[in-house]
Amino acid sequence: MKTKPIMELAEVIRSKNAGPYQLTFDIIFKDFNVYKKIKKLNIINEDKICELYKIPKEGVISVIPYDTAKAIKITIVRPWPSGAIEETDVYGAQQHTPLLKIKVPWDE
Amino acid sequence: MEELRILSPTAILGYGFPKRSFQRGLELRPNVICVDAGSTDAGPYYLGAGVSFTNRNTVKRDLKLLLNAVISKGIPLLIGSAGGAGAAPHLKWCKDIVKEIAEEEGLSFRVATISADISKEWVKEKIKNKEITPLKAVPEIKEEDVDEAIRIVAQMGVEPFISALEKKAQVILAGRANDPAVFAALAIKKGFDPGLALHMGKILECAAIAAEPGSGRDCMFGVIRDDHFEVEPLNLERRCTATSIAAHTLYEKDNPYELYGPGGIVDLRKCVFEEVNSRCVKVSGTKYKPNSEYYIKLEGVKKVGSRTICIAGVKDPIMIKQIEGILNEIKKTITKNFGEIRKSNYNINFRIYGRNGVMGKLEPEPIIKSHEIGIVIDVVAQTQELADTICSFARSTLLHHGYTGRIATAGNLAFPYSPSDIKVGEVYEFNIYHLAKVENPNEIFPIKLEEVKGGK
Repeated sequence: MKTKPIMELAEVIRSKNAGPYQLTFDIIFKDFNVYKKIKKLNIINEDKICELYKIPKEGVISVIPYDTAKAIKITIVRPWPSGAIEETDVYGAQQHTPLLKIKVPWDE
Repeated sequence: MEELRILSPTAILGYGFPKRSFQRGLELRPNVICVDAGSTDAGPYYLGAGVSFTNRNTVKRDLKLLLNAVISKGIPLLIGSAGGAGAAPHLKWCKDIVKEIAEEEGLSFRVATISADISKEWVKEKIKNKEITPLKAVPEIKEEDVDEAIRIVAQMGVEPFISALEKKAQVILAGRANDPAVFAALAIKKGFDPGLALHMGKILECAAIAAEPGSGRDCMFGVIRDDHFEVEPLNLERRCTATSIAAHTLYEKDNPYELYGPGGIVDLRKCVFEEVNSRCVKVSGTKYKPNSEYYIKLEGVKKVGSRTICIAGVKDPIMIKQIEGILNEIKKTITKNFGEIRKSNYNINFRIYGRNGVMGKLEPEPIIKSHEIGIVIDVVAQTQELADTICSFARSTLLHHGYTGRIATAGNLAFPYSPSDIKVGEVYEFNIYHLAKVENPNEIFPIKLEEVKGGK
């Protein structure tokens, strides 16, 4: 089966702190049909996040599809609280790039 | 009251806003101007050091416009999380600016300051009574966390704002506050639905960030009515769409269906977003679920040391290839050289931009593909002097280190600056991020009233 890179299907892929102890990611799709298709395929799930970020299952707090905004929200445990001495990204705004590797099965 | 009209000038007090947008907002007859002045986003330093992450001149510029507007219109101004972190020094900093403007502009008004500082004794008592629970991904609180904390604040809900409004304060300067509460307080006081009021607050607190194109330094306008609210950006070049407003519900939160706040949860499951016209969105169906017990969020930080850094670039391919091994050797040399100093007194971190500088241990591919890398020698030690010492030694050792196969024998690092070493100052870490049960949502947020009389 052919695939499409998620960057062609989403209009927003972003990360941000949700408080100092969590990192949250939003993938907002270009239209509702694409969103529905991806939600049905269930390819963005806990296991995928663990694989992309190389974190254990306990590190994933939630993966929530949000129909109203044609979005999937992912929240993980921050590797350390924001601003800890080993911090690399205080606002958590540049942690999204592993998500760009997602490929969606696509026939057309 | 059939409706309440709220003007939100900017995402954070001090981020600025175009005068033209603000003027349009004033023409739309607002009943109140609300602004959020803080966040934990900027990290633990600001709460610990007692300084603002916003600049005094930019905050003064914004405040001058806001104070003149509310005084001439006779409407209240509500400011939440004053000074950024919302503790006593931040509140004082913000109040001093307000008074300075009043003096310069000849403005007189009643100001209420609401303190959000929490005493260590109070927190310890709560620990004893088992009335503290950690937020998600946060460890359980221990008494030593409280002892180590430099400062602890709590996020207030709408209740202290309502009390200050009842005391006829025109300008309310609040310490740390739940962001949406600042915007919802007057609406809830007037009897509007708390779910709608807080949901509107969640959107307005970021001002035009929820618009398209988004901006953290432009104004938004909200109108709440009996069974819905409407939001609209005040710059005609921006618009709110059903998607931009719905998507904003995701922003900075872990759950798009529930917004947790002091005393209850805003339930967005049945929420409907409709476009009234090409720029304005109507929201209905939001519900409020009060909790049976009232919990507030505590934030605290501890000091971990002082930091000195050195920034340098490396371009030599022979060196880049073995950078890992070279830096390990430098670390060993440092340990040997400072053998008499306990290793727990300092921490050296060589940050490598071009490898994993942005993601650290979350980086899935720490392989260097770049033709050049940036190194930050990052030393945190118990004292500034020790941090300076270790950083200086690490820098000189790395500069002249003779690694295998070296052909560039004059020096290994390209420094962009002289001096090469930068004192960053005190370093703090969050160590309290917990919920505490309170009997009365007003009890720990004392209000002080003052009549400000401007000069001229």
